[in-house]
Amino acid sequence: MMDHGLANDAREADTLTIAGRTLRSRLLLGTGGFTSLELLSAAIAASGTEMVTVALRRIDPGARGSLADTLSDAGVMLLPNTAGCHTARDAVITAKLAREAFATDWVKLEVIGDEDTLLPDAPELLRAAEELIDEGFVVLPYTTDDPVLARRLADVGCAAVMPLGSPIGSGMGIRNPYNIALIRESVEVPVVLDAGIGTASDAALAMELGCDAVLAASAISRAQDPVRMAGAIRAAVEAGRLARSAGRIPRRLYATASTTNEGLADLATGTLADRAT
Amino acid sequence: MIRLNGKDCELQAGASVTAALARLQVPADARGVAVAVDGEVVPRAHWDTFLLAEDARVEVLSAMQGG
Repeated sequence: MMDHGLANDAREADTLTIAGRTLRSRLLLGTGGFTSLELLSAAIAASGTEMVTVALRRIDPGARGSLADTLSDAGVMLLPNTAGCHTARDAVITAKLAREAFATDWVKLEVIGDEDTLLPDAPELLRAAEELIDEGFVVLPYTTDDPVLARRLADVGCAAVMPLGSPIGSGMGIRNPYNIALIRESVEVPVVLDAGIGTASDAALAMELGCDAVLAASAISRAQDPVRMAGAIRAAVEAGRLARSAGRIPRRLYATASTTNEGLADLATGTLADRAT
Repeated sequence: MIRLNGKDCELQAGASVTAALARLQVPADARGVAVAVDGEVVPRAHWDTFLLAEDARVEVLSAMQGG
């Protein structure tokens, strides 16, 4: 009989701390793509997340319902992003505006270098990170899966690094798991797999590779049943985390019998005398 | 002319940021709102006293769903 109690205890104590903030959930949720605030609210509840991303855009006086109120009711922490910024300057000003609007020093820093792939612009990203850290921000940069860039971002004082698995919204999962594993080894700060998650198994793999958390947005909001997918990815994050701490077996080319040959019955036909001849 | 969230508006030079907010039916005590004028942040504490110059570009921003 497996001791489920042990696994549950391990989960209870297994919190994530970013810049002094302790989180019980290792799933961050992007709020983009939900077709209604009701659906977003239900997905937040199903995901168990404690931190969600928001963007800053021109106010729409005619908007029905308030996103800020919905998120406040859900009791989640806001992580403003700088989505849509293409230069360090724009990203820094957007972060300052977000600090005004949401009264938080935290920012998910995005500086986009290419419109088709939405891949980060590495030099601008590093420049913006340095500037924001000097201004007292808690910076979580959305970065490529380059271990050297991740280390540079950590070195300048980022509170976590958020490497992509594959391009934003592509649902292609983790294209270079070796790089994600290398990033986990090369920085001390938390690693949050961001972008590319398509379904639950991608999130489990991220955690098995050693990521400290996963951010999912489109994988949940654009699923046919977002609330169900929120529950699936939540379970996958927990399963992957548990599997990582349990220690997987090494991969081998050939089989290794799981049942011993010791005491194997002699089932050859014929008597001893038959065999002697 | 003053540009308010990308559109020309009838505000005159010398109007305050608070007056610009009123144009958008945004009360001065609205939560979750930030303002930039000509690419610089105008802190909430200065909304009443910051006066817009001719051809100012005013951006009034709030939370939107996003990744």
